[in-house]
Amino acid sequence: MRPVYMISGGITKFAKAHPDKDFRVMVKDAYDYTLRDVPRFSKSMIDGAVGSYFSDHFTRQLKAASMVQDYLGLCPKPSKRIEGGGATGGLCFQSAWEAVASGRMNCCVAFGFETMSRVNTWKGNEFIALASDTNFDFPVGGFYSGYYAMMVQRHMHEFGTTVEQMAMVSVKNHANALYNPYAQKAKRLTIKQVRESPMVATPLTMEDICTMSDGAAVCVLASEEVAGKVCDRPVKITGVGSGSDAMRMADRPHGRVILLPHEQERDYAHLKYPGVHSFRGGRMAAKLAYQMAGIRKPGEELSFVELHDAYTSSEIQTYEDLGFCRYGEGGRFVESGIPFMPGLDYGLELPKQGRLPVNPSGGLLACGHPVGATGLMQAVFAFWQLQGTIGKHLGNDTLQVKHAKRGLIHSHAGTGTYITVSILEAV
Amino acid sequence: MEPKGTVVLGVDPLIIHDHYEIDYRHSYAEDSPFFIGLSKGKLLGSRCTACRYTFATPRSHCMECGAPTAWHELPLTGRVHTFTTCHYGGEAFLKETPFTLILVEFDGADTLFLSRLKGVEPGGLRIGLPVAARFAKTPSFKVTDVWFEPADPHPPLHPRP
Ligand SMILES: [Zn+2]
Repeated sequence: MRPVYMISGGITKFAKAHPDKDFRVMVKDAYDYTLRDVPRFSKSMIDGAVGSYFSDHFTRQLKAASMVQDYLGLCPKPSKRIEGGGATGGLCFQSAWEAVASGRMNCCVAFGFETMSRVNTWKGNEFIALASDTNFDFPVGGFYSGYYAMMVQRHMHEFGTTVEQMAMVSVKNHANALYNPYAQKAKRLTIKQVRESPMVATPLTMEDICTMSDGAAVCVLASEEVAGKVCDRPVKITGVGSGSDAMRMADRPHGRVILLPHEQERDYAHLKYPGVHSFRGGRMAAKLAYQMAGIRKPGEELSFVELHDAYTSSEIQTYEDLGFCRYGEGGRFVESGIPFMPGLDYGLELPKQGRLPVNPSGGLLACGHPVGATGLMQAVFAFWQLQGTIGKHLGNDTLQVKHAKRGLIHSHAGTGTYITVSILEAV
Repeated sequence: MEPKGTVVLGVDPLIIHDHYEIDYRHSYAEDSPFFIGLSKGKLLGSRCTACRYTFATPRSHCMECGAPTAWHELPLTGRVHTFTTCHYGGEAFLKETPFTLILVEFDGADTLFLSRLKGVEPGGLRIGLPVAARFAKTPSFKVTDVWFEPADPHPPLHPRP
């Protein structure tokens, strides 16, 4: 494998609906932005593309990625579509990485989109729930918020996690997004407001759950040679990992924790793992990515994280999978203030505020979750952070993590069925 | 009924109503005995013929070792492993809200079973609550032919005939 660099990225504003633009034009907008950002780059340097979108139901158009490929003028170059539920974007990013790392391509474009506004929210929820077992799970009341509610109910039972700790994630991510013009749902919230918003599936309220969006994102990945030629500040992808778990949550084992280098078996003597409280696939993805990037103490060796916070609860669960704290400590981790941005006023008492900012962009909770674009959107924000160009791209540098050296992006599907972790580093 | 002609929802950009519907011939294939079992008041899990791992769902080959499984009759009582009450849902289930989902744990099974819990008093829902399976009198051959209710905490010493 050879080194792979990200040399440019672009996104559209995530919005409830973009009825004036179809998916091809949304991707084109993000793609043109990426090209403008690297003026020495030319289309002739692109060897192929990987497209990502989640649901044929939302799109009502099979082979939609082929239509994007031709719209961008990339035919007859190689192209394919990646689909992996909520992790579609993260998988697409890693597929483009594979194309370059293997030497098959010197430059690969990863593009993703989703147009969720074509149906009402509850039909949309039904479409998403079709990504659960349609014989055994969906007919019982197919609803992802219900599945996540059951998972966190068990997390609360095992570890004492509280709804207030979950609400703090919502306060954090929605407030961060106030400085991100690409975000769909920026606002200042209090813990009380999160808890008093309409109950969706106990204990998750509307403000614990991300919304559906229309949007697109594009990343350009390249070999060292191409990166050196066209990009002043390329970002190196130093680790990729992914993992999986059983489609039916009910089928998951209750066995032993997969340990990270800084953990020991005795840390978890009595924990039955993953059960339904943890994401084994996320832990596996982290373990592999850390191994490749040479990370031994993730809590100390990362500058920031963009993770898949489809739910406030899953952000807390993911802190643990990624090894920022031990299993069971995710609630106290957010309470400590560690994952908040330094220097921002959240209206909360945060003793260790800002040591490892998580979702400085606002995450899925506030940016929105146009599924096929989401994982690539995280890569774009991470790329800008590591370039130090947040101010240029967002119009203000409030969310710029100072001296950002190394970032982690995390993309997550289903109830944890596919999960990707990628590590990006400033060079 | 679908209206005749095209319903225009907007003109700039032009947005039209577009209906979509499909009928499937859906085979339960190797899992068929599970659904037939529900119509006979039985809950069938699967037990590995090699390593004895016991799944509380149908799975004709073992996820642990790959060997074939045999049908394994699960007890009709279990405990709530986790729960939620859904106040919203996918469109297909909106009219049924609020409804309660549970994962059930059974003695003698290594994994769980997703089902609905009915007939629980508000505030009576908790992890560990003993629950008993109930079956539809007229089967629809869907997994919803079984659901759970709180189990009688003081069952008679001698089961009624
Ligand atoms: Zn076995």
